[in-house]
Order: sequence, then structure tokens, then C-alpha cells
Amino acid sequence: MILGLTRSWSLAGYVITAILLLPLLALIVQATLPDEAVFSHLFNTVLPTYIFNSLILMLLVGLGSLIIALPAAWFIARCEFPGRRYFQWLLLLPLAMPAYIVAYVYTDMLDYAGPVQRALRAWFEWQTPHDYYFPAIRSIGGAAIVLSLVLFPYIYLLARTAFMEQSSNLLHASKVMGCGPWRSFWRLALPMARPALAVGVALVAMETAADFATVSYFAVPTLTTAVYDTWLGYGSLTAAAKLSAIMLLVVFCMVGVERFARRKQQLFQKQARLDESDRYHLTAVKAWTAWGYCIGLLTLSFLLPFAILCGYAVDYFAESWDIRFWQYSLNSLYIAAIVSAVCVVLAVVLMFLRRVSPRSSDHLASRLSSTGYALPGTVLAIGVLVPLTYIDFAINDVMDWMGAQGPGLLFTGSIFTLIFAFCVRFVAIAIGSLENSYKRISPSLDMASITLGQSPMQLLRRVHLPLLRKGMFAGALLVFIESMKELPAALLLRPIGFENLATYVFQFVSDEKLEHGALAAIVIVMVGLIPLIYLNRSLEQSH
Amino acid sequence: MSTLSISNVSSDYQGHVILHQLNLTLQQGEIVALLGPSGCGKTTLLKAIAGLQGISQGSIKINGQVLSGEGVFIASEQRGVGMIFQDYALFPHLTVGDNILFGVKGLNKLERQTRLEDMLELVKLTGLGGRYPHELSGGQQQRVSIARALAYEPELMLLDEPFSNIDAQVRHEMMLEIRAILKQRNVSAVFVTHSKDEAFVFADKLALFEQGHIVQHGAAETLYANPHSRYVADFLGTTNYLPVTVSSDLLLESPLGVLTSASLLPHVAGTHGQLLLRPQQMALQADTQGQAKIIDRRFLGTVCHYKVNQNGVDLEVSSPVMNFEPGQRVQLTVVGHPFVVFNDANLPT
Repeated sequence: MILGLTRSWSLAGYVITAILLLPLLALIVQATLPDEAVFSHLFNTVLPTYIFNSLILMLLVGLGSLIIALPAAWFIARCEFPGRRYFQWLLLLPLAMPAYIVAYVYTDMLDYAGPVQRALRAWFEWQTPHDYYFPAIRSIGGAAIVLSLVLFPYIYLLARTAFMEQSSNLLHASKVMGCGPWRSFWRLALPMARPALAVGVALVAMETAADFATVSYFAVPTLTTAVYDTWLGYGSLTAAAKLSAIMLLVVFCMVGVERFARRKQQLFQKQARLDESDRYHLTAVKAWTAWGYCIGLLTLSFLLPFAILCGYAVDYFAESWDIRFWQYSLNSLYIAAIVSAVCVVLAVVLMFLRRVSPRSSDHLASRLSSTGYALPGTVLAIGVLVPLTYIDFAINDVMDWMGAQGPGLLFTGSIFTLIFAFCVRFVAIAIGSLENSYKRISPSLDMASITLGQSPMQLLRRVHLPLLRKGMFAGALLVFIESMKELPAALLLRPIGFENLATYVFQFVSDEKLEHGALAAIVIVMVGLIPLIYLNRSLEQSH
Repeated sequence: MSTLSISNVSSDYQGHVILHQLNLTLQQGEIVALLGPSGCGKTTLLKAIAGLQGISQGSIKINGQVLSGEGVFIASEQRGVGMIFQDYALFPHLTVGDNILFGVKGLNKLERQTRLEDMLELVKLTGLGGRYPHELSGGQQQRVSIARALAYEPELMLLDEPFSNIDAQVRHEMMLEIRAILKQRNVSAVFVTHSKDEAFVFADKLALFEQGHIVQHGAAETLYANPHSRYVADFLGTTNYLPVTVSSDLLLESPLGVLTSASLLPHVAGTHGQLLLRPQQMALQADTQGQAKIIDRRFLGTVCHYKVNQNGVDLEVSSPVMNFEPGQRVQLTVVGHPFVVFNDANLPT
């Protein structure tokens, strides 16, 4: 804490926070404006179904991910079997798979014209769809399965850590009191992991609520697709804002659950560590069961879809490898580069302020700046459009009034909007990364530096920045990758005629010819793998 | 002239009073220990002196200049105090040399080099200027942080539990070494610790804290021999209390019989009180007819501590005689010294 910190630092913090909060505030204001026609029409017709679909999907995906993640987490954390060390990180790979790509691959494989049904028909000599029953993959159930397959690693990761951080002493205590592995799981490990599981399920539910591409591809109408359609279809910003507000309500409920569970988690997980030697050594059938479960899960969620994607890329290489692929990769690249640089700079200012400022309002400001991360891409897009449209119109009106030619859509017609939206959303990642780095810098270094006559700026430049280098790099990298992958906000905010990798790939998915965009899809998956390497390394270090 | 002068300093945080009306002065070259259990406010006072913590009342002056006070607050970076931390607080990305020169300003390259060499020699780390902090032992790191603070030529040195992370075997030697350096340079210092042993070794004066108050301050010997309260007496060493009645200027009636003080008692005859007896202020002699009985024996190396019962009173007595056994009868005598009696009427109930 620096008692003499000047107000200009605080001012910088408030300005940054105000700008980052602008979309959220604008959204809330816009949502309260009257717009009877479109919204009440929606409300009386399809909205209840959309809300129901969103909620039921969140429930199904939450449960589905929990059910598939729990055994995997238990095997990895508490058992010893061949390949355990590799599965430990391999099971994170599905996080790199965009759900819509998995959805596409499975639809291609399992729908009426796909190889599976063709083979069944040939085998049983069925002629028409009426001759047999096959579950429809393009349904709410199908969407739930696909989303569970790519989102389960969230729960797996948290549950695994929770199981690993339960103290060996507790395990020994339950053992000497006569608990076998099963009883120890039900009576000890699972109840103690409950807060971590709740955090995981809440995260998965949030991701599900925010998903646009998968439900859009499966034609399952939800709140997210409704926001999208209301804006692009009806052109009503107010109705879209009202829908977004409903969505926000759902999301913030989940954030509340997550925060609450995290606090509990801190009570249950106390820096303890399970000894490696306390793992159950599985043999024969048991070992193969664990191995089979893990490899099966990995195959369905990552290996198979990725292999098929690679197959497409080989078969349709000529179609994929064209100028557009390069052009759009480059677009993604430079937008991501700008966004990550801006996010890191903002995060450094905000975190420095949180670290040294004696004023509690400054601390609040930097915490509020992270709110953007909770906004689903579509909601965020509407939130960004509201104020920027207003500003664009205001500029043109003023120019008109002064008798000059207006500049047109200065903000909303350019990639500025896209970059702004990405920064609002991803600055939280950079902040989180710096927060972790700052935790490792002893507060006494700050005190030493200022008592040695250094100004706050010198403290930042001579002590903090050199020590934060790794955190800044990690933060920039993560923001970069998220910016490459983000789809719904990009779809809504890109200027006409502008494509990046994500929108380009999704275009192919919508047009039912992902084969032609397979190379771009592979790039997105590969880029998504990078943070997993980081994540895994930091986990290994902390253990 | 006093280097540091603290008058009527109070501090509160979120409605809780952390420091309460503190007064303390420090002469040039003097070392004072702020002593007390954790959470008593001693570190808060240290931070207030450094300007890392605000005060709500009173003033803090160094060499006559007000640093914190009515409407005045000099920023930490302009106070010219050196600070030493429990975790050494060396900058991990800088070498030992760069750490030591971190706060040094306004010297040319040659002068900087000379300053560095001087400092390294002072703390016996000559030749290690190119190393990084993590390549040094804990004791060496703490010496670097001393050198870093001294290179800045501070008006006052503040030390926040600097020896807590040093191994017990080398701690004592380290304390004497750093004390010698401070004395050699005639630097005044404020030293925070919760250990009375460290305070005795390192400091010239003690200020004993209890819940935000300084309950007594002065030379260590004075506090030990003439504590103002049972809290002070208990904090500075093992104590026994004997219920007594003052019968004259020198005489007390006690369960051990009539006892004679080596100095006049500041109490009127008839006062009821508690006589402070340290374990070494009593002596034991083997005596089968003795009125005292050994209850328990603890071997402490150079002496033995015995729990002794006489006339229903349990006493902790230190003795060079090692071979008394529990159950054995002994003769207990109080060694002549100026008595300290706490008046019952003044005791908090």
C-alpha cells in the first residue's frame, strides 16, 4: 500500500473501468426502454420455449458433464493404472475443440445420410426412415451430448484437483476406521469435493448458456440464438437488449453459485496434498476398466472428431488451401494481437492500482472491470452496439449540424467495435494472470522499494514489471487465443465483408460443407491446444 | 537530540483502535525494541514510522521534522528510513550489487562502485556482488538487506522481525553482528520482535506492547527488575507470585514466613499484595526436616527447574543442584533482593 499515491492513478483506473463497464450498463439501460411490438410479439409466441430450451440444456449439459467427468477425475487422482500420467493432461484436450465442429462431425456421421445409418440400413435391409428408429442427432439431446463432450474437462479439472488436495491423513483415518475405497469415496471424497463440483457445474452451465454455434447448427432455438435473430432479423436493438437482460439474469445466477461454491471450496481444500503412494494400485480388470474409460472418453470427445477433421483436410486440401484461408488467418491474427496488447496494458494499470492503492474505491474498480468475462458473446455484442451506435449517430448529427459530411459508421462500421468487445470480454483473463503473478511478489518488496526512495512509477518499472514478465506473457497469450476462437461476438460485430478464422469456419459449418474449411478448423483447434499446455504446466508446478 | 520522537500517536482501522496514545523517543544511535505478542500493534507502529500506514492522532518526527501529524503526511519515499523485513525483501531479479545500490542516487559510476565495495565489506560479503539473492543463505540475504538499507544512508533503521527466518544456531551471532554494524555507524534503530530474548540481546531499550498500548518502556534491566505490572513481569520471564502482607518498610509476611527486602517498599504497612519471585530468586538446600517438598523436576542443562510446594503454595525454583528427587524434603530460602510487590487493590479483577 502506498499512502501517498496520487489521484491521477485512481482516475486512470476509474476511466478504464467505466469504459469496460459501458456495454453492460448500456445494455441494462436499453433493456428498460419501451419496445412493445417486437418484444411482446416474441414474449407471446416463442420466448417461453427459448427460455425453457436454454434452461433444460444447461441442466442436461451440467449433469452430463458431471457424470462423465467424475469417474475420470477419480481414476486420475486416486488410482494408479497404465497411462494415468498421460491421461492426466490428455483429458484436457477436448477443451480445445469448438463444440460446433464436434457437432458437425457427429452429425455428418450419424444422420440419415451418414455412414452409420447407411451401414445399419444395408445390414438390416431397411428401406425408409419409417422402418427403424434412430435418435435424431440434431435435437436438444444431441446438443446436450456434444456440449457435455467438450465441456466436461472443466469439471474433470476441478474434481481432480479437489480429490488430489484431500489430505492423506483423512484417507488414513477413514482406512483405519474400516472404510474401503467405495465407502471412502461416497462418505469422504465426494462430499468434500462437492464445492469444487458445484463450481465446475456452474462454469459448464455458463458456457452452455453462452453457446451460440452448436444450438444454431442443431436448430435448437435458445435465448442466445434469439438475441442473434432479433438483432439481425428484426433489427430491434431494444428487443435484443431485453432478451440479453434475461440471459444476463441467468448467467449472473450461475456466477453467484460459482462464487458461493468457491468460498466453500477454500474451507474444504486446505493446501493438503494426497501422497502419491496413497493411490489405489489397480490391477487386471480394474486397471483395464479405468484405462478403457479414459481412452473411450478421449476418443469420443477429441481423437475421433479431430481425426475426421484431419481426414477432411486431406481429402479437400485443394479447396481449403486458398487465399481466403491466409487472408482470414491474418485477420484473426492481427485482431488477436491488438486485443492481447491492449488487455495486458489495461490489466497492468488495474492490478498495480489494486496492489498499491490505499483507497478501497480503486480496488472495487479493478474488480468490476472483470465483469465482462461473464457476458455471453451475443449479449456482449448487443451491449457494445448500443453505446457505439449512439456515438456514431451523435457524431454524424453533429457533423451535419456543422454543415459537413458525416464520417458514416465510424465505430460500428469498423473493426474497432470487434476489438473493443474482445477487450471488454478478455481483459479479465489478463487480470487473472497478473493477479496470480502478483501473489508471488512479496508485499515487503513494495515496502522496501518505497522506503528506499522510489516513486510509485519507479516501483512499477523497476520492481513489478520485471517480476511480472511471465504473467504478462501468459496473460497476453491466453487473451490472444481466446480472441482467435471467439465466434458469436465476431459474427454479430464484424464489418460487412470482414471475416476471421472463426466466422469463416462457422460459415462452412452452416453451409454443411466444413470439409472445405477443414484447414481453418484445424488451425483453431491447434491454437486452442496452446493454453492447455500452459494450464497443465502450472498445475504440475503447483503440485 | 532525539532521532525519533513519537507523541500521542493513535491509529484506528475500521473502527478498531490499533494504537492508543503512544509516546516514545529515541536518541541518536540508540536501538529500541518494540516487544509484544502478535497482534499487539508493534508492527503497525513500525509501518506508521515508515509512512506505510496512516495515523489518526498525534505526531511522528525524525530529527525534529514532522513526518506524520496534524495535516502533514510525508510520503514513504521521502522519509529516508531504511527498512529490514522478515522475508529479507530482496529483489529477486537483481544481483546482490544491484540490490544494494537500488536506492542510491546522485553518485557517479566510480562512487557507486566504492559505496558497493564498502557495504559488501561491512556485511562481510566481499566478492558476492554478482550473485543473485537465491544463491545466498538466509543469513547472507539478511546481511544484503542490511547493506541495501545502509547504502541509502537512512536517518533511522526499522527492523521488522528480521531474525525470525534465521536458523536458531546462527541467530544469536547474527544479532550481535548486525547490532555491531548499527553501533559502528551510529544508526538509530527500531526493532520489532515478539521474543524477549532477541530484544535483550539486540536492543538498548524495550517498549513493551499490550493491545495497542505501550505498557512500559525503558532499559531492559529496569523492566526486568522493576516491572510495573504482572503483564510486564510475566512477558519478560518465568514468575511466581506469593500472597503477602506488608508489615513495615522492609518486612513482608508470607506463606514462607517473614521476608526482608533489600530496599524500601513503596507500600504502606497493612497492604495486601503479590510478591514477584523469579525462579532464580530462591534457593534450595537438601534438608529432611525442610518445610518444602519437591513435586516435579525438569532438567534444563545448566540448571534444574523444580516445582516445589511449601505451605500449600506451588513455586517454580531454579537450582544448580541437580539431584533432588520428587517427594524429597528441602529447605527453601528467598535470596535477598529488592522486592517487587503488586498491590492487590490495583490489580484488575
